[in-house]
Amino acid sequence: DWLVSFRSLTQVKYGAVSASVAQTNLHRDCRWYSVSHLSVRERIEKKRKAALVGGGQKRIDAQHKRGKLTARERVELLLDPESFVESDMFVEHRCSDFGMEEDRNKFPGDSVVTGRGRINGRLVYVFSQDFTVFGGSLSGAHAQKICKIMDQAMTVGAPVIGLNDSGGARIQEGVESLAGYADIFLRNVMASGVVPQISLIMGPCAGGAVYSPALTDFTFMVKDTSYLFITGPDVVKSVTNEDVTQEELGGAKTHTTVSGVAHHAFENDIEALLNLREFFNFLPLSNQDPAPIRECHDPSDRLVPSLDTIVPFESTKAYDMLDIIQAIVDAKDFFEIMPNYAKNIVVGFARMNGRTVGIVGNQPKVASGCLDINSSVKGARFVRFCDAFNIPIITFVDVPGFLPGTAQEYGGIIRHGAKLLFAFAEATVPKITIITRKAYGGAYDVMSSKHLRGDVNYAWPTAEVAVMGAKGAVQIIFRGKENQAEAEAEYVDKFANPFPAAVRGFVDDIIEPATTRKKICSDLEVLASKKQVNPWKKHANIPL
Amino acid sequence: MAAHSLSPPLSRLLFTVKYVSLHSRCCAVHSKAHYSTVYNPNEKTFDKILIANRGEIACRVIKTCKKMGIQTVAVHSDVDSSAVHVKMADEAICVGPAPTNKSYLNMDAIMDAIRVTGAQAVHPGYGFLSENKEFAKRLAAEGVMFIGPDTHAIQAMGDKIESKLIAKAAKVNTIPGFDGVVKTAEDAVKIAQEIGYPVMIKASAGGGGKGMRIAWNDDETREGFRFSSQEAASSFGDDRLLIEKYIDNPRHIEIQVLADKHGNALWLNERECSIQRRNQKVVEEAPSTFLDPVTRRAMGEQAVQLAKAVQYSSAGTVEFLVDSKKNFYFLEMNTRLQVEHPITECITGLDLVEQMIRVAKGYQLQHKQEDIPINGWAIESRVYAEDPYKSFGLPSIGRLSQYQEPLNLSNVRVDSGIQEGSDISIYYDPMISKLVTYGATRNEALAKMEDALDNYVIRGVTHNIPLLREIITHPRFISGDISTNFLPEVYPDGFKGHQLEVDARRELLASAAALYIAAQLRSQKVLGDQSKHIVSNDKNLSISVCLSRDASGMIVLQYLGTVFKVRVLSKLASELNSYMPEKVPEDTSSILRSPMPGTVVAVSIKPGDTVAEGQEICVIEAMKMQNSLTAARQAKVKSVHCKPGETVGEGDLLVELQ
Repeated sequence: DWLVSFRSLTQVKYGAVSASVAQTNLHRDCRWYSVSHLSVRERIEKKRKAALVGGGQKRIDAQHKRGKLTARERVELLLDPESFVESDMFVEHRCSDFGMEEDRNKFPGDSVVTGRGRINGRLVYVFSQDFTVFGGSLSGAHAQKICKIMDQAMTVGAPVIGLNDSGGARIQEGVESLAGYADIFLRNVMASGVVPQISLIMGPCAGGAVYSPALTDFTFMVKDTSYLFITGPDVVKSVTNEDVTQEELGGAKTHTTVSGVAHHAFENDIEALLNLREFFNFLPLSNQDPAPIRECHDPSDRLVPSLDTIVPFESTKAYDMLDIIQAIVDAKDFFEIMPNYAKNIVVGFARMNGRTVGIVGNQPKVASGCLDINSSVKGARFVRFCDAFNIPIITFVDVPGFLPGTAQEYGGIIRHGAKLLFAFAEATVPKITIITRKAYGGAYDVMSSKHLRGDVNYAWPTAEVAVMGAKGAVQIIFRGKENQAEAEAEYVDKFANPFPAAVRGFVDDIIEPATTRKKICSDLEVLASKKQVNPWKKHANIPL
Repeated sequence: MAAHSLSPPLSRLLFTVKYVSLHSRCCAVHSKAHYSTVYNPNEKTFDKILIANRGEIACRVIKTCKKMGIQTVAVHSDVDSSAVHVKMADEAICVGPAPTNKSYLNMDAIMDAIRVTGAQAVHPGYGFLSENKEFAKRLAAEGVMFIGPDTHAIQAMGDKIESKLIAKAAKVNTIPGFDGVVKTAEDAVKIAQEIGYPVMIKASAGGGGKGMRIAWNDDETREGFRFSSQEAASSFGDDRLLIEKYIDNPRHIEIQVLADKHGNALWLNERECSIQRRNQKVVEEAPSTFLDPVTRRAMGEQAVQLAKAVQYSSAGTVEFLVDSKKNFYFLEMNTRLQVEHPITECITGLDLVEQMIRVAKGYQLQHKQEDIPINGWAIESRVYAEDPYKSFGLPSIGRLSQYQEPLNLSNVRVDSGIQEGSDISIYYDPMISKLVTYGATRNEALAKMEDALDNYVIRGVTHNIPLLREIITHPRFISGDISTNFLPEVYPDGFKGHQLEVDARRELLASAAALYIAAQLRSQKVLGDQSKHIVSNDKNLSISVCLSRDASGMIVLQYLGTVFKVRVLSKLASELNSYMPEKVPEDTSSILRSPMPGTVVAVSIKPGDTVAEGQEICVIEAMKMQNSLTAARQAKVKSVHCKPGETVGEGDLLVELQ
């Protein structure tokens, strides 16, 4: 079915063929640089110059007109000034069919810019696909360049950032292009859990190409100018007879709100790249590095009095978990992952006393903060990333349970919910849990409970740890009893408080909400030397 | 580079950014009040007082009770159970659910609370039951003292017509006028001449300012008579006309009175409350810049005459309209403690709540009229949770995620009933606090107010500090050239925030740039020093700063009261920014969004209807206000997304047009 996808590429007008035809007349002036009367030195100069303008000024202008930056502009914005060290600037494609062997169809560096650089002084490897050269299509040489920097990143232990802007496979190269994709996929998989991998989709990314971003840890998109889909709207129309626009099918909004494929969307190229720099600051360079610690001006012992009143008087009333998170973390700086998808769980990165932490919280404001299929998968993937890269996990619990219903059961809530359970259970990084209100039923167990090796588990005075809410419980325990209200009151008195969990040691302490930040910061300091190893295995078998 | 000395607002701003934003302090709720009278502990009043109110006024009353050694009982609705006034009081009783008619206006529950706690007296604060004669009666029936005037005074002053008649009888100036059938134009001229120009002519039956005409001379009176009598006959079928003295550029000036049960009454000088929006006061000051000692005395004496005429006891306020020639006319009398009483306390040194409690117990006034001073100048700004950019203030709600009162400054008094973490809900008045500053001169008080507004940290809700700061620094306000029309005159197109001058603009941009650089430098300070890799030269440091043209501003600064979004980009990024497409904003003429959180009261259209421009689409009620939302253009209604009774948030989609 990849063949189908390639057809779609030409149809969505980013096709490689149309790009090369259009370029026929563009580079007539470039022809002479292979003429042998030039000295080697001069030829180096010429090639370098040619590499810097990619597909030529006209194509650059067209790229700008679309509201997009060029591959090199993007790299320059992403990295610290003057830190970019380019590799493979002289690589050219090796295709000799369809007139591709002619000089005018050769571009030094081909359709991707690769190299290494620094973000706030920290090493990173980057590739940036160049849409001005054959629509950024992937040739064997293009793939080889990407693989080379990925291999280096793995060797030295540094993250890889891919800036995707490509029409798809280089059709003229046929299977060589397909092989190139597979080479990249394999490296994505091998690097997974070794170095952080981030994809920023800044243009089209369709067909087989989508699987590289899908294999990386985080996929970000640029609103209105980026698309991700297996097949374009035309193919969709011919196969399923659905009328759908590119934006509806695979735009940033679709993937950040409906499909959950992308983790964040930004307004434009500049915002995306600058935010990516901020995001990068949270990440360790590899699985051998601890979570980074940045200079912190927010006192670690700061009290947060506003938290004392945040949980509403009525236990049925919602509040915003983000308020708690922002009040507790350093300088209100919280980088939320998937803010518009499965909003009943909040995940993201923040710092506590300068140290990066991963935050997971049930969101009472949305669907009462229940766990359902999407929120379980969202949470599980995030927890596994944190665990892979030594980032401590702080969990805020206010969960009424798993969402009931046929839609959920038929959709497999059992195996999807198990993912979150699995992720929390296998995680060996420091785990701190705060029960702010409800911790009911199986969802209590799942949310980084003491029983899943939580290092420090706190309860606020408003916590209720129980098998279920009072009403349901009373109907079972006191079935047929006359005075249900009295029974309910008895149940509430017994279970709707933190004591049942505290007397058994399932929570380590009941703390005043205002002191939460202070406690977490001091615990993290102690847990920095935590060492925990799971039994040897080839790999675990998470219920996918 | 030579060090520039920073201007005070800039250094304050930098201070705030550096320290305040990161230290949300647990600030004790207290404020410094400036009372010169000393409480006499031998004067026994009550053992226990119940405060039938909430928010800042409940806290205000409790403070004085504590000073006088009186036990306090707070009443509260269920959502207020952790409110500041509940925490401050010795006892607290829940009197019902959130809506005021089920809690703070629920007399049965409050009477029960009095019985249960054994409170001997009730202070009603303002609003709620403070001018409810029924409540006063029920208290009297149970032998509980109502801290306020007697029932008959409340009743007499509660009725607009009756109060005017009583005032007239007590030789208090009332607005001269004539209400009845006027036969000819010449009769109208005669009446107008008796009243004195300018006069206002309108049909008696027409409500409000409808069909109102203003005449400055005989000719205009004749013309006004012709129009108004025609309109009266044709539109209302009632040919009575109202000819009344027209008060141009009126100022709202009120006299605080204090009377005991022994026939003694004092006037405690005036308060100028002309800065208003929709008849609600925004900034008040005492004394007024406009009154000379003679006028002040005349007004004070008339106020006292009125108080005596109704055997008034306790604190009360007589409101006057004052025209440009210093003629003053009685408007109404408020038989309670006013919101803006603190400014009177500042300049007289009296604790009005203490005096009210003493008077209620039956003590005589401690002071003589000649003992009442005007010491210095006091200004009060009402800080509201509302959006000043929407008709000078539409309510906003939310949670005070960060809140810090400017009590670090001297001569500042903040009366508030909320704290960090408090909710501003749709159920109650959206007032955050009353910010009072005091100084030996008006300029001192104004300068202090500027400082205090700049030091006030309020996050989580939209507030009106931008507007307050603009008012108190406006040349017309500073010169005292104000009237009740101040806001619509100064901001005919609505309030737009502070307009930056060149220097201020530079200062703002410089601060933003400094913050940007500080953040950039901090990002580079990661444990396990990587700094050797940071290339530092002039090129890296060149940045471009601009006031954001969209919502994606990265640095948000409150400067000179107004919040500015400043975008700071590296030089490279700002050059490339020109390639970024302008995002087309949503076409707002075809959609109607809720401008504020509230409840939908009525939906006047249904899908398929054709609406005309300006036609009412629906009504939203928020904080005691009904707001009619209208169509921006003529169109067919595509879909309706709300129904009556529904609660909507700010920005929620209500109706789509085609």
